[in-house]
Amino acid sequence: MAVSHDDVRHIASLARLAVDESKLDDLVRELNGILTHMDVLREVETGEGEPDTSYTGLPATSTPLRSDSSGPIPMMSPIESFAPATRDGFIIVPRLASHVEASDEAVEALADEISTDE
Amino acid sequence: MSTADFPSLTAGMIAARVREGTTTPADVVRASFARARGVGAGRDELNIILWSDEKAALAEAETLSTQIGGAAAGGVLAGVPIAVKDNIATLRLPTTCASKILAGYVSPYEATAITRLREEGAIIVAKTNMDEFAMGSSTENSAYGPTRNPVDIRRVPGGSSGGSAAAVASGIVPIALGSETGGSVRQPAAFCGIVGVKPTYGRVSRFGLVAFASSLDHISAFGRNVDDAALATEVMAGPDPRDSTSADVPIPSYREQFVSLLTVPNPLDGVTVGVPREYFPENLDEGIKRLCDRALDHLRKLGASVKEVSLPHTSLAIPVYYIIAPAEASSNLARFDGVRYGLRIEGNDGLREMYEATRSAGFGPEVTRRILLGTYVLSAGYYDAYYRKAQAVRSLITRDFTNAFSSGVDVLFTPTTPTPAFQIGSISDPYEMYLSDIFTATANLAGIPAMSMPVGRSNDLPVGGQIMADHFAEPKMFRVAYALEQSLGEDAHR
Repeated sequence: MAVSHDDVRHIASLARLAVDESKLDDLVRELNGILTHMDVLREVETGEGEPDTSYTGLPATSTPLRSDSSGPIPMMSPIESFAPATRDGFIIVPRLASHVEASDEAVEALADEISTDE
Repeated sequence: MSTADFPSLTAGMIAARVREGTTTPADVVRASFARARGVGAGRDELNIILWSDEKAALAEAETLSTQIGGAAAGGVLAGVPIAVKDNIATLRLPTTCASKILAGYVSPYEATAITRLREEGAIIVAKTNMDEFAMGSSTENSAYGPTRNPVDIRRVPGGSSGGSAAAVASGIVPIALGSETGGSVRQPAAFCGIVGVKPTYGRVSRFGLVAFASSLDHISAFGRNVDDAALATEVMAGPDPRDSTSADVPIPSYREQFVSLLTVPNPLDGVTVGVPREYFPENLDEGIKRLCDRALDHLRKLGASVKEVSLPHTSLAIPVYYIIAPAEASSNLARFDGVRYGLRIEGNDGLREMYEATRSAGFGPEVTRRILLGTYVLSAGYYDAYYRKAQAVRSLITRDFTNAFSSGVDVLFTPTTPTPAFQIGSISDPYEMYLSDIFTATANLAGIPAMSMPVGRSNDLPVGGQIMADHFAEPKMFRVAYALEQSLGEDAHR
């Protein structure tokens, strides 16, 4: 299997990475160079289904469930000390691009639409 | 204690002197910083240390001195300076994973492993250079430039925990912490001529370790000798309610057995050492082969019986590893999006643009490559062919080890790396670099404990021998390592 330029654009978008078009050729070449070495796995007989326990065969005691009572972990410095933008203890993010400022007319039109549907 | 003799002191010796009162924690800290300056650990020279604060470390040392009689002042690591890889959370020094995306980030909490070391009196003196987000085998992928190997400054110290390995090898600290996902402590330990120990998966809490690939990540220790590495591992081990993958399994003392090993003629009587033929391929470096054979002769002389075994799926470890690790990384690194910490670059319009602008500016080329690879192998249409298949083959690799250990083999002995330390800038093909982990990634995939220790030098470059054991069989692993270290003596470094 080999990745195409469009594949890399698609996975970059899934991974929320803006890949520069000028770097695309190199990335496609490097990823295909790596993926070639993965093809050997297809030849391996692995049978069907999931393994009995874990992939590492570690005993269940190695991942015990804990009670849900440990509570929050106290922070030695406030959120303002490390978050890029905050207000009143909350983190500020840019608005969602899909959210459009609604004019009064648009709100009224939407309200009309909803009442008509009813 | 003079600055001159500090680099030759083990952690055990330093702690004993502090407890006796023949030296003070502040003297030790001053000696550590003097040594760092002496060897050129800064950005423009060996580039070992990214962040340190001598004043704050000295203040911590003074506090420790005033608590004589307290637990930490009387601890097994009283006054011992420790360097920490930059992906393990510490309170006063930054934790940036050597990435631009976390530039300036100071964690609001510290890793459980750090807390446990400090409770025994250790003092954190430095955060060390590493491959960005622990992705690399040479410490060349740091946003802050490569670390140089103190043994030969034209060469890499290995990676990804190259800064921590170099800090121990150059005598700045007797113990340092690194992290392991595919060999990131054992491989640099081999390249720098020191000891590196990856414990069993779950043996040491990962709370406060910045996640790379959660089913493979471990906090691991470097020491200049087996005793110090075992000591650090023992202090950090044990369950932690803040890490649900930390194991609730008893911790036997690793070091109590060491004294008795010195008094008997055949300390490894009854121990079977397996030598997996897949780790000694035809094209193995000549010097590494010779020194591993010499180590095996020592093991025989110590009373061990040595037998050849086969781990038939070994050659599949790298393809499996480079599917599973990037897949998990692509998920774990989704949290670095400019919202809660570190870098934020506002895009032209809205939230999504901010994510993309921040991540593209913040991540370096290798991290970007692995996120893309991981996203691809998990994406619809490719999941079964890559990710699911890799997990199934991972089970086969694990079964190889289970079979070996259930056939009466106590430990396995192999070379740690296929070559000694290579020149900076000499490997540009990503997959060729990945092959550097060929003998180490298997233990991460199977979750078994494994360590590297120096077994000699080839063309003046350190060579590491690897000892692997079954899940939670650290005592056996350390027993063989300690006996071998004593038997090799000075030959371990020549």
